[in-house]
Amino acid sequence: MTKTLTFAFMDPPFESERTVTFFRLLDSALERRANVRIFAYEGAVALAFALQAAHGNAVHGRNSDEEAHPLTKDWIAALQQKAESYGLTFEWINCGLCVDERGVNEVIDGCGRGGPPDLWRYASNAFNTLTIGTR
Amino acid sequence: MKVLQVIDQAFRTTVEEQDDTILWLTQSMRGAGADLTVLLSGHGVHYAVQARRQPALVLGSWQQSEPAEIYRDIRRLVDAGVPVYAVRDDIEERGLQQSTVQAGVALIGRQKIADLYEQADQIWQW
Repeated sequence: MTKTLTFAFMDPPFESERTVTFFRLLDSALERRANVRIFAYEGAVALAFALQAAHGNAVHGRNSDEEAHPLTKDWIAALQQKAESYGLTFEWINCGLCVDERGVNEVIDGCGRGGPPDLWRYASNAFNTLTIGTR
Repeated sequence: MKVLQVIDQAFRTTVEEQDDTILWLTQSMRGAGADLTVLLSGHGVHYAVQARRQPALVLGSWQQSEPAEIYRDIRRLVDAGVPVYAVRDDIEERGLQQSTVQAGVALIGRQKIADLYEQADQIWQW
């Protein structure tokens, strides 16, 4: 039987290596054929922000296309596609109040808005839960 | 399902969020019927000895009107029936042993932490 893992994360995109590690863990969970549910709390609600935009880098000598700046919204989309290709589920809920205070209301498809009861629901129906608090 | 919430950091996000985000999350989930226990460990034990409101942030003409009230949040959890523990050894290591531990917060020795972990179905380490 396929196991479901719930993750709760708090860090925003771009500044912290913890965010990268978090996404590696999600990728690994899917690779091990687990369904994945994410509750994004505080800064992590910006990870799914649909209006993230790549830019060029004059110091690197690369234009926007060449630089191909990583965007976390694209990472989420890639993991959504991976889950679908494996016949798994990949669910993402942002804490709504956290979204409001950051103004990141536009999210990519497949990501929704909720609150703490959703984290409890996710965790209650999971094989286990990993929480990664901020520092 | 019983969850042990382990808080071993303190005063992160407390200025802008005007609370500790994990104590807030715990209160919110408790309101939804969750069965939770809180363990304050490491720097988190500072929360067990808070006696007054956090100072308001002032920047130029802007002054915060509702700074965090950690002791209120701890009291609310206790009143809601959430067991709250603080690690005695961590309090002593931080020189807080002369401070008054908030009513309703139970001190637990480091050697007994495993018992709390054993009682929970999931451990959420923040």
